[in-house]
Amino acid sequence: MELTDKIFKFFGGIKPNGHKSISTMNPIKRLPIPKKLIIPVRQHVGKVPNIKVSVGERVLKGQILAEPVANISAATHSSSSGTVIAIESNKIPHPSGLPDLCITIETDGKDEWIKNDKIDRSRLSNEALYEAMKFSGIVGLGGATFPTHIKLNSNKIKTLIINAAECEPYITCDDMAMQEKTKEFIEGIQITMDILKIPHAIIGIEDNKPKAIEKLKTSLSGSKNISIKVVPTIYPSGDEKRLIYLMLGLKISKEKRPVDFGIQVFNVATLISLGRFFYHSEPVISRIVTVTGALKRPNNYEALIGTPIQELIKDAGGSPNQDIIMGGPMMGFKLPHTDVSVTKAMNCLLAMTDDMKSKDTFEMPCIRCTKCVEVCPAQLQPQELYWHAKSKQFEKLTEDYKLFDCIECGCCSYVCPSNIPLVQYYRYAKSEIRDQMKSSEVADIARERNEFRLYRIEREKKERAERNAQRRAQTSDIDKKKLIEEKKAAIADAMKRIEEKEK
Amino acid sequence: MAIIDSPAIKERSTVSIVMFTVILALLPSLFLQIGFFGYQILGNLFIGIGFALFLEAICLRLRNYPIRPFVLDGSAFVAAWLLIVSVPANIPIWTLLIGIFFSIVVAKHAYGGIGSNPFNPAMIGYAVLLISFPKIMTNWPVSEGFEVSNFIQFFEFFSFLNTNEVYDAVVSATPLDQIKTLLFLGEEVNILPISFSTLAPYQMIALLYFLGGLFLVYKKVITWHLPLSLILSIYFFSSLLYFYDQSTYMSPMFHLLNGATFLAAFFIITDPVSSPTTLKGKVIFGILIGLITVIIRNYGGYPDGIAFAVIFMNICVPLIEKFTQPKVFGYE
Repeated sequence: MELTDKIFKFFGGIKPNGHKSISTMNPIKRLPIPKKLIIPVRQHVGKVPNIKVSVGERVLKGQILAEPVANISAATHSSSSGTVIAIESNKIPHPSGLPDLCITIETDGKDEWIKNDKIDRSRLSNEALYEAMKFSGIVGLGGATFPTHIKLNSNKIKTLIINAAECEPYITCDDMAMQEKTKEFIEGIQITMDILKIPHAIIGIEDNKPKAIEKLKTSLSGSKNISIKVVPTIYPSGDEKRLIYLMLGLKISKEKRPVDFGIQVFNVATLISLGRFFYHSEPVISRIVTVTGALKRPNNYEALIGTPIQELIKDAGGSPNQDIIMGGPMMGFKLPHTDVSVTKAMNCLLAMTDDMKSKDTFEMPCIRCTKCVEVCPAQLQPQELYWHAKSKQFEKLTEDYKLFDCIECGCCSYVCPSNIPLVQYYRYAKSEIRDQMKSSEVADIARERNEFRLYRIEREKKERAERNAQRRAQTSDIDKKKLIEEKKAAIADAMKRIEEKEK
Repeated sequence: MAIIDSPAIKERSTVSIVMFTVILALLPSLFLQIGFFGYQILGNLFIGIGFALFLEAICLRLRNYPIRPFVLDGSAFVAAWLLIVSVPANIPIWTLLIGIFFSIVVAKHAYGGIGSNPFNPAMIGYAVLLISFPKIMTNWPVSEGFEVSNFIQFFEFFSFLNTNEVYDAVVSATPLDQIKTLLFLGEEVNILPISFSTLAPYQMIALLYFLGGLFLVYKKVITWHLPLSLILSIYFFSSLLYFYDQSTYMSPMFHLLNGATFLAAFFIITDPVSSPTTLKGKVIFGILIGLITVIIRNYGGYPDGIAFAVIFMNICVPLIEKFTQPKVFGYE
């Protein structure tokens, strides 16, 4: 990949008010250890890890609570020392509002670390490192929560891109982390370059973070292999494929992945946790959460995983009955329950403002004004997607209008003068299509089975006929004559008897 | 089940705001119209738009739609306004109301209301009137200069309802019609080169449509694709004819400043519902409307052909869109 200073501006995008400065006034804050930590067992994409502790057991900070069971799986750790008091279904921060298995720990306030062997990079082979990574609990902390070790197991990567765009309004956790944890951040980048055996990495950062840019530039002044590329503030520049285009001028469709082009993208928080793991033997037990919105004291918090979010909201000057969005205002979702705890995916808690609550929801018909087309960063035709989703023409949606290239960034809904919740229509159509594909798979299997049954019946019939024919063929001509003669003799005998009787 | 209702924030834009901006862009030309031709157009607007909103409400009621938000969206308001400024100001009010009826009830609601009408409602109303009442529709009032008193008269208690004196006003065919007829008869036509001092009232109004249109482009209510392609198309095709034979064909500038060129370019064909959504499609749409207009103006039986050109091209929109779909990110 040719590296250049040029910025490739992508099509579309929007410039909503950032509201970023309200949560960057003060340094990242830490709260006292909460009395109870409620840690969901699975906080990643992939298989549910195996629980290794039991109720009543004392656990230490950094101890593994659940172990990965397959390649696509990740470990879950205890964020402080204390006693496991429950392993049960609990509310979790998920849009479905459905509960999931959680481990509740009553902390003892000692915050006692488990003894971890220090990882010696120089002595470990890449395979061993990879194994070690599986137990680090590191997942994509930008919100995708895909187990990170899988992204590091590749020898095809040529370019490492660090996604520091943080394009969603209100969210500032990466910005603050880069300012305060610069060293760990750069360590994380270096270790990743090491593992992937690549000479160069580029940090993509939006120009609305001058302090972080300044700090990074000073820290990297001697470095030749890590460069910074300042990109304009346009939402959604932080979308992986949009960022790749901004920085490299390469457009990647849904059909391909960045890895196919030798590109791997990592989020700031993920790299910091990589740095912490390899240089300080620390698994993921905390993360930085932006707590912002309609609160008296918005701030960033370094929160232990499992911290009840109400403790953060209370400290930021909010009240328990406020509506909270997890994530940013563009792609985040309203928490169905606000008595949940901090997870690895939680980058922002946004207390809904009056504007958000009073959003006009009366849906007018689409007037085809194509404001949505003008802002769609995937260069789709949102009005056509809407039309065909509404009329359930799923084939056209996937074939002609590339529905699955939609990244659900919400730009179309943001500008729609008819207040149409476009993203919801696309989500609905996507899930319908996925369901159809699944049920057609099931139907395929059933059809195959039936076809095989018919084939088998046919085959058995054929085999039976063949067997009969064979038997017939085996009885030789001499035998046949004999048989006929015997029958003839029997008939003659019978005739004789009849004649005798008549006489 | 929780509702995933992202995004939580929204730009302040509604269909009503879009329509209001369009009206704002039309106001300067209305000012000139009153000054040159009297206040009757105001009466037409009051009665015509009132009737349009009344019909809109009835249709919404019959179709079981909530009345308030749809009447307030401003689409009927704008459609009626555009029809009214497209017809002679001295039109008998009952004729105008027939046009409004066809615009709102037939062209719009019979086809599914806002967002679903394949044809431009204002142009359907106009076409019905032009075909049914050709004499009324081609007799335009003649201006006796810009009169400030025209404004004052309006404020005299409902004087606009007393339309007798307006009917006595001088009427004539539009310049487009007159010159076409003269050229058809083979007479020499002396068209003055166009300069600001020689601009006739209708041409000045056309220029204000142009400026109002630029305002809409500036406000991002419309993009430049449709108006520019129509204007350039009319200019190009009329130039071809003009340079072929200057004594039989009107000059390109004459085509631009007369008839409904600028009104159509910025306010009529930009109706998003009945025009193509793709950028390439918009350009094709504009060019073809221009071509058909020039053909009708020069060879057809009507003085101005834009309405028919628009309606004809409205039918072609799905076809145009089908063949002009742009490439998706990463598939180029």
